[in-house]
Amino acid sequence: MGQRRTETSSTLPATTTPRRVQWSKVVVNWELYLFVLVPLIWLLLFMYVPMVGNVIAFKKFVPIKGMLGSDWVGFDHFVRFMNSFNFKNVMWNTFYINAYQLVAGFPVPIVLALALHYCPALGYKKTVQMVTYAPHFISTVVMVGIILKVLQVRIGLVSVALAKLGIPEPPFLGSPDWFAHVYVWTGIWQNMGWGTIIFLAALAGVDIELHEAARVDGATIWQRVWHIDLPGIMPTVIILLILQSGQMLNVGFEKIFLMQNPLNIRGSEVVETYVYKIGLASATPNFSYAAAINLFRNVIAFFLLVGVNRFSRRVSETSLW
Amino acid sequence: MVRRSGTDLAAAVAPPPPDAAPPPTARRTRIKNAREDRIFYALDYALLTFAFVIVIYPLIYIISSSFSDAQEVLTGRVWLLPIKPNLDGYEAVFKYRDVWLGYGNSIFYTVFGTLYNVAMTMVVAYPLARKDFIGRSPIMFLFTFTMFFHGGLIPTYLLIKSLGMIDTRAVLIIPWAIGVWNVIITRTYLQSTIPGELYEAARVDGASNTRMFWHIVLPLSGPIIAVITLFYAVNHWNTYFNALIYIRNDNLRPLQLILREILIQNSMNILDDMMADMSAEQLEQMTRREFLVALLQYSLIVVATVPVLVMYPFVQKHFVKGVMIGSIKG
Repeated sequence: MGQRRTETSSTLPATTTPRRVQWSKVVVNWELYLFVLVPLIWLLLFMYVPMVGNVIAFKKFVPIKGMLGSDWVGFDHFVRFMNSFNFKNVMWNTFYINAYQLVAGFPVPIVLALALHYCPALGYKKTVQMVTYAPHFISTVVMVGIILKVLQVRIGLVSVALAKLGIPEPPFLGSPDWFAHVYVWTGIWQNMGWGTIIFLAALAGVDIELHEAARVDGATIWQRVWHIDLPGIMPTVIILLILQSGQMLNVGFEKIFLMQNPLNIRGSEVVETYVYKIGLASATPNFSYAAAINLFRNVIAFFLLVGVNRFSRRVSETSLW
Repeated sequence: MVRRSGTDLAAAVAPPPPDAAPPPTARRTRIKNAREDRIFYALDYALLTFAFVIVIYPLIYIISSSFSDAQEVLTGRVWLLPIKPNLDGYEAVFKYRDVWLGYGNSIFYTVFGTLYNVAMTMVVAYPLARKDFIGRSPIMFLFTFTMFFHGGLIPTYLLIKSLGMIDTRAVLIIPWAIGVWNVIITRTYLQSTIPGELYEAARVDGASNTRMFWHIVLPLSGPIIAVITLFYAVNHWNTYFNALIYIRNDNLRPLQLILREILIQNSMNILDDMMADMSAEQLEQMTRREFLVALLQYSLIVVATVPVLVMYPFVQKHFVKGVMIGSIKG
């Protein structure tokens, strides 16, 4: 920090910026191109080469023949997937878990943020924030470990509590029907606090004069929340909604994979866990078929994002690009 | 009391005399409003308290269980405070060699991975934050595009395999150099803290772009470096999936992979070792072992989460700042 003073104190007003053709700027800033060179090589190698590597989805990939030498098969793998026994189940689970998560999970941080925003007791507000943010930093493995402990059949915390209340214990982790509930609500538990941050920032940006005026006009807090705060944070809400629809079909694979067991597999098998099992965990890995399934999902998700973005731009004039 | 000035406007703006009673209808609304606002605050507190309890209770339960007697835990008698407090679970954790192996490996991956991440992110964010850097838009686009469309599991695996990186420490570091989101927030931060005139001025003084990076950008980037360091470090510490795919050598496993084996798969090496030479008379002994395993799991959850949660209160504001900067321009 100390160096900054010495750097800036001796500056002259920079009025004589040479205005020439753009190439001169490129030449003057040649070092900046060296700066981005390594990250750019990394990006092309580890992000774009795999994108191109998706050609194996259209080939019958044989490791010995290599990516280029293997034979083309066109859309065979895609057709095979769509006709496969698992297609409906896997696609439905992927879609259902996502939609459930979006519908149930999206409003929770907004409501919590409003409650925090209007909390008059600053110390209490800080405490609640501190505590509710914390689970965000629990790793997926530990999180699932906690879920397994708390929901353990007969001896878990929830099971014991339900037994005391005389409520029959549902098969939280042992049934396909319960899987999405457990997945989504534990996710809300873990991330609702963290999710408030962005809305709290948006709420802090709402024009204070609107509130003053409304108060003078005799508006209740309810009315101010409804007519001032919610419209005020709407752009943030819409951007986040678009982003989340972009993540549509891109479920929290790491967590789902850990929560899977043979009893709930029909409700928990999603595209990525399926891809992993076919492509990597299998004794006879079928790289091409697995890549095709993944590409199928990626393309759908991408166009979903483009579609939602376009729709939003038309309806609300808010969009990502 | 009310000073009458010449214009009607001033009269309208002037506050009413405090002793003048408001018209009855206004008063009724005010009372009604006051009641509605009280309901609002009551619900507000209720909601916050609910959130607070529902988040903290399972955490307390896990911690209390880890200090309790195993039998009490497994029969569901622990619900808030530890019962028959002891350190058996922690003792078992400390004796478990794999846990310490994983701890060491995770520290390695986190320290070197994060250094590499932060260096790469700063190096790319600096030119992208310079308005006079021709080509910043296409380069930025190349980066952001990967947020929405990526190669996928299989092609990435095949690439890394063909690079011969499977089962090396590098595989958990080199391919994961940059998080695009962190580039975006770093760039946004640099653009808003360092005005273009500062670079111009430095140039007039004869500073090269590299010199500017060392003597202007880095000294001014303290807060954002703190933010991205934390984001990257937590990510390294918490992730398991890459290790699951790319690491087969048991000695290279990060902590999370070992946690998965113990917490999720229940495949405990020590248990196997113990059961190998077990006779009938040791049956009761084995039940005790099983209790111990359950207890160890609780203790392990605590031990594995401590590094992140201990530093968390001190760095919370940095994390929050990171999210805020990101929200400036999504």
